[in-house]
Amino acid sequence: MTPLETAKPQHVQPMSITLETQDLTIRFGGHVAVNRVSCTFRPGELTAIVGPNGAGKTTYFNLISGQLRPSDGRILFEGKDITPLTAPLRTRAGLGRAFQLTNLFPNLSVEENVRLAVQAAHHVHYDMLRPWMIRRDLIERAGALLDKVALRGRRTAAASALSHGDQRKLEVALMMALEPKVFMFDEPTAGMSIDEVPVVLNLIEQLKQDKSKIILLVEHKMDVVRSLADRIIVLHNGQLVADGKPADVIASPIVQEAYLGVAPGRSAA
Amino acid sequence: MMILSGDPPRSRALTLLLIVIVAALLATPWLFPGAKALNVAAKICIFAALVASYDLLLGYTGSVSFAHTMFYGIGSYAVAIALYSMGPNWAAVATGIVVGLPLAMLLALAIGLFSLRVEAIFFAMITLAVASAFMVLASQLSWLTGGEDGRSFQLPELLRPGTVFISKKAFGFEVNGRTLTYYLVFAASAAMILLLLRVVNSPFGRVLQAIRENRFRAEALGYRTVFHLTYANCIAATVAASAGVLNALWLRYAGPDTSLSFSIMLDILLMVVIGGMGTTYGAIVGAAIFILAQNYLQALMGTASRAAADAGLPLVPGLLHPDRWLLWLGLLFIASVYFFPTGVVGRLRGKPSAK
Repeated sequence: MTPLETAKPQHVQPMSITLETQDLTIRFGGHVAVNRVSCTFRPGELTAIVGPNGAGKTTYFNLISGQLRPSDGRILFEGKDITPLTAPLRTRAGLGRAFQLTNLFPNLSVEENVRLAVQAAHHVHYDMLRPWMIRRDLIERAGALLDKVALRGRRTAAASALSHGDQRKLEVALMMALEPKVFMFDEPTAGMSIDEVPVVLNLIEQLKQDKSKIILLVEHKMDVVRSLADRIIVLHNGQLVADGKPADVIASPIVQEAYLGVAPGRSAA
Repeated sequence: MMILSGDPPRSRALTLLLIVIVAALLATPWLFPGAKALNVAAKICIFAALVASYDLLLGYTGSVSFAHTMFYGIGSYAVAIALYSMGPNWAAVATGIVVGLPLAMLLALAIGLFSLRVEAIFFAMITLAVASAFMVLASQLSWLTGGEDGRSFQLPELLRPGTVFISKKAFGFEVNGRTLTYYLVFAASAAMILLLLRVVNSPFGRVLQAIRENRFRAEALGYRTVFHLTYANCIAATVAASAGVLNALWLRYAGPDTSLSFSIMLDILLMVVIGGMGTTYGAIVGAAIFILAQNYLQALMGTASRAAADAGLPLVPGLLHPDRWLLWLGLLFIASVYFFPTGVVGRLRGKPSAK
């Protein structure tokens, strides 16, 4: 891969590594939760997806990672149509997802949680005649990941015994263990105490150094978005209403209106 | 430790209990004379394996199946029908195994692929329906299965009680074909339990636990859970059918009451719960406690009742009357589930410790 300029990576990257949604739509009864969203995500670019509650951000994520089936539209990844693939197959194709509501294996230990993700990344699915502990490689990799999120000290605790902030970090560790090409963070710092937030933000910052990865981030905190995002897209009532550089998008009237709930002309608090 | 697949009992009391159970089972032909003791011991061995295989489903994957006795029955009937129609020879035993085990596995595969895609309750319902249909089939096809009477048969020469290897005169105890059959049952059951222990402690076994904990998340990690569940179902069915083979060989009989009825299904459920779900060792403990209680509680109560009567206590002799043993058995189980919600093994191990 060629070295990249941070400013305009899209011009250098080959088109094939992109993730693209075309007219992606999902209807729940009469309600259109995501409405014809077309967007292309490129490697080396962190895209923040913002919008008010109920704008369809998490639903959009669920459509991309395969937890929901679209009513209409397509998802292209590395030039291939992945719309028919189920969630596990999309994960195997390289889409990694960290969930908004903590979504772990509650009665398994912290280390076991990570090891399961490492095992999946190493395609150890049906190995049933050897004890797990002879796979030293998986155990060591899980340990290294726990170091990254500062959870090694808690590795023998049940996941359900962790504090909310630690659970969020474990959630991120599970996604990192998958070594995906696309990282999808859904409000990774939600509900975290102030001193825990930097651990996760530093991780995202580190991931950004690897210019071959696509990073998507749903986030409410505008300061986080401002400091991390290379690009912001705004969803409102399921539609994509703005797309561009952070400064431009945040300043645009439509965002002031739609996201910050302030009519153009009045100043945002 | 490798024979236990790195999953030792992790509790001194549990280790001791297991050693006592296994040693008692090993020594039964020498320690406890009489046919009843040996029958009880063989039943414990067979059920320990059967219950362990059910635990693979219920305890490790969290899926409830009502078809486990069906697979047990398939194994029993396969070997019984083979020995009945081909005569008492080893070729018949082999035929029963070669037909019975794959049949059970294929049926489990079909049920799994058909019903494990969707919600767990659907799998439970399908297994219930298939098992009921199979039970009707077994009693209707009487030309093959012997109907309600079942099939009695003779064992190959080597396994018959009449075959004496060491006569009583020489050493003071007798080793005959029955003893050999018992050790065959013991060894096969032990092998199956160790195999299951290996499976649940393999990387695959960890995925099963992940599915039990959070299937949605397991899918999101890239596991196609329907295949894991189906494989687990196939393994459980094959082991259950093998236990069925042992059951038929031990009883020299296969019929609806000994290998297919839903009351056996209930017994299995109780043994899993009493022993401790998702522990494998719980199967051994649960089977031992349950079958001992089932066989000896009545006699024990008779003794206690008479002793109380002799002591002149009021009411107690009546309460402990042997005819009321089922009431006490029921109370015993309610108490054990109430006081040991995680089963005996869960209780002895205490909080899940660091691994």
